[in-house]
Amino acid sequence: MRDFNFHRPASVAEAVGLLRKHSGGKFLAGGQSLLPVLKLDMADPSDLISLSGIAELRGIRVEGNTLIIGAGMRHAEVAQSPEVQRTIPGLARLADHIGDAQVRNRGTLGGSLAHADPAADYPAAIVALNGTVQTDRRTIAADDFFTGLFETALRPDEVITAVRFPVPTRCAYAKFGSHASKYALVGVMVAKTADGVRVAVTGAGPYAFRAAALETALGQSFSVAAIEALGENLGVRADDLNNTAEASGAYRKHLIAVLAKRAVAACL
Amino acid sequence: MGAITLKVNGKQVTVDAAPRTLLVELLREPLQLTGTHVGCDTSQCGSCTVLVDGRSIKACTMLAVEAAGTEVTTIEGLAQGGRLHPMQEAFQSCHGLQCGFCTPGMILSAVDCLKQNPTADERDVREWLEGNICRCTGYHNIVKAVLSCRDRMAQSKEG
Repeated sequence: MRDFNFHRPASVAEAVGLLRKHSGGKFLAGGQSLLPVLKLDMADPSDLISLSGIAELRGIRVEGNTLIIGAGMRHAEVAQSPEVQRTIPGLARLADHIGDAQVRNRGTLGGSLAHADPAADYPAAIVALNGTVQTDRRTIAADDFFTGLFETALRPDEVITAVRFPVPTRCAYAKFGSHASKYALVGVMVAKTADGVRVAVTGAGPYAFRAAALETALGQSFSVAAIEALGENLGVRADDLNNTAEASGAYRKHLIAVLAKRAVAACL
Repeated sequence: MGAITLKVNGKQVTVDAAPRTLLVELLREPLQLTGTHVGCDTSQCGSCTVLVDGRSIKACTMLAVEAAGTEVTTIEGLAQGGRLHPMQEAFQSCHGLQCGFCTPGMILSAVDCLKQNPTADERDVREWLEGNICRCTGYHNIVKAVLSCRDRMAQSKEG
């Protein structure tokens, strides 16, 4: 790993100020993605600005029908939180199956979203649950947050402070993980709310996307049979999906239907 | 280089480290605690697992500077007063190791597993140990060791 300067600010404002001063710098959250990236020499920041000492990024609370999770909360903390288990148990279960135990003890919600790995689990949750990313300067709707492979709507000096999740009627996440990394080859989150059904797919494309055909079918009949009735007509083309040595586009398309059915079954 | 102060195996230490120093490098080199192993250096194998403030983490994927002010426990810190930790004893009595390379990380991960879930069953233990790779044992005796430690700890609580 190349050398860099290290900073550990105590507030978000200080962190943003440091990044503006050191424009070649990067924010460091739990480091479970960024440190491997640095070891591979795929990034060469002049400065790392750690977010781990910032108290305002911590905490989980419920306000009315909204669950608010601080960006600095680690996956294990989200999984074990009584507030998350009570309001959105499907989200607690998702967090409990990210990576492995050691990764869940370090990785954070904000770090995962900002890194925007195409195979990460949290993106499926925020998109399906119609969450909102709160940053130091604005709010960004989940549908507008992911913009490309490892790309988001965040400005380089913008810090995610919290994520707001509207509490759904039911939701569940099903994934088929890579055996080596536990990253999702495909993961599907299904959320049923008073306003309808949202279905988000991670792992299959450059970033988490909504499956409109599944949403429409499940909106008419929230059942496994509704997905079976779609057959091949999932509204996605195998050729547009990720095609790697681990899984072809056609296989990933097949997994979308299988996992959507498992998620719906888990909701019922 | 800057000085970092942290607690390692109950003892406060202050040691110089460049920002890019990994926690595992700090432990193995200046602190000479070579029981923490580096297997893959890519956050896959879990050989470098240590406890930071009681929770298992991969020391190859944490900067040493981020450990400032924390309490780190390595395999060298588990035995107390010349007596092996119950998990170490269980690995020994169940023959939960062959070459031993993964064992320090495996044991620290298992300690965290039972701390989080003292009634973990075989499935819980196997799922928990996903982050630790062993190329010798086929995991069978490792899982047996963790379950045996669980039973022994439950008995000693009842007693």
